[in-house]
Amino acid sequence: MDIKWAALGQVFVVSLAVSVVVVVIFSLGVLSMSARQLAQERQATGGGALAAAVLCFAACAAVVGYGIYLIVPQFH
Amino acid sequence: MEHVTFLVVVVIITALAFDFTNGFHDTANAMATSIATGALRPKVAVAISGVLNIVGAFLSVEVAKTISGGIVDDKLVTPPMVFAGLIGAILWNLLTWLFGLPSSSSHALFGGLIGAVWVGAGMRGVHFDTVLQKILIPALASPLIAGFVAMTATYLAYTITAKARHDSVTRTFRFGQIVSASLVSLAHGTNDAQKTMGVITLTLISTGTLASGSGPPIWVIAAAGVTIGLGTYLGGWRIIRTMGKGITEIESPQGFAAEASATTVILASSHLGFALSTTQVVSGAILGTGLGRRLAQVRWGLAGRMALAWLLTLPAAAAVGGVAAAVATTGTLGVTIAALVALAASAGLYAASRRDPVHAGNVNDVPAVPQQVAA
Repeated sequence: MDIKWAALGQVFVVSLAVSVVVVVIFSLGVLSMSARQLAQERQATGGGALAAAVLCFAACAAVVGYGIYLIVPQFH
Repeated sequence: MEHVTFLVVVVIITALAFDFTNGFHDTANAMATSIATGALRPKVAVAISGVLNIVGAFLSVEVAKTISGGIVDDKLVTPPMVFAGLIGAILWNLLTWLFGLPSSSSHALFGGLIGAVWVGAGMRGVHFDTVLQKILIPALASPLIAGFVAMTATYLAYTITAKARHDSVTRTFRFGQIVSASLVSLAHGTNDAQKTMGVITLTLISTGTLASGSGPPIWVIAAAGVTIGLGTYLGGWRIIRTMGKGITEIESPQGFAAEASATTVILASSHLGFALSTTQVVSGAILGTGLGRRLAQVRWGLAGRMALAWLLTLPAAAAVGGVAAAVATTGTLGVTIAALVALAASAGLYAASRRDPVHAGNVNDVPAVPQQVAA
């Protein structure tokens, strides 16, 4: 019997870390988008909030890009 | 193609039929939460998923080298056994679809093969320690890992966005859902269409039509890809309803958290050498996201029925595969009888589904689960 507990543990740790990071960053992006909307309603530009949102979503897009890299065998 | 016999044609058609139920059964994995939260309209969701499955099928280059991944002794497997195993998998997929229960198509295929090989070649043909290692342990681990990850992610998503505007939050998370659901569909196409390609290719090799060690011919890739895409597009709406609306009520931040977690777990598991079932990962993530949002209600009765279906998948598909093998290994007449009986049973299951049809128009209505009435 050879159950790869180490590999299983690795899957758990990596999944938890990556999911938490992506979801936290995306949520911060969501928060920034909402802040920008509020700023615009007060006739402010909300430029800082927009920049923060763009940064967050760009980071998420990078993770998605890495996901596509993992899925498509031609890239390896 | 002068070597192509009646039996090989039957195996190929049956393999494609399995491929179709595979796509049909698994649309829910990628798209159920997006459909439930309104991120995508039902028809659009299944169309995207279908196309990405076809793309994925063409992208996968490395065809499965064994039919079963070591669960049965591939040297003992004959085309009639493959045929019988496929029948077991197809009928189990249709039955679980009728009840709207998500269950792993891979496990159904393995189960069917185990039964067929057990009857056709004896118990020594089945590697039970591999069954434990590749099916039972992952089946326990998948929902626990995906559930915990999704629960944590959901809790964080809600905590961080608690003070943000509700409409803005819903809209942005819906967009994120579309991206994560598409990733699941693409990954599905690269993995699952490959199983059918492997079965067809290895059958052609076993009969000498293809040289040993050949890759799948282009028509096999195209047929497997288009069939799984078509199955995905036609959509197992009954299962989509269960996963999107049945287990727990899903809001768009939960949909995103569940899909992002499921995608991560699926990719991590397939690249770190501990394969997990997509169906079980996604179901676990949806359960977890229900637990991660305060006040969200998880319908444990339904979750229990799902777990029961997972437990039964292997033995039930094995039983059908075994009976089919007993008939099919007797010769051409046996194969014909098994095929006709399987066809009749499939038609019966389909007819039963027509009494309470679920389609794109009513997929988001809450299913009539008895536990819910009491709640």
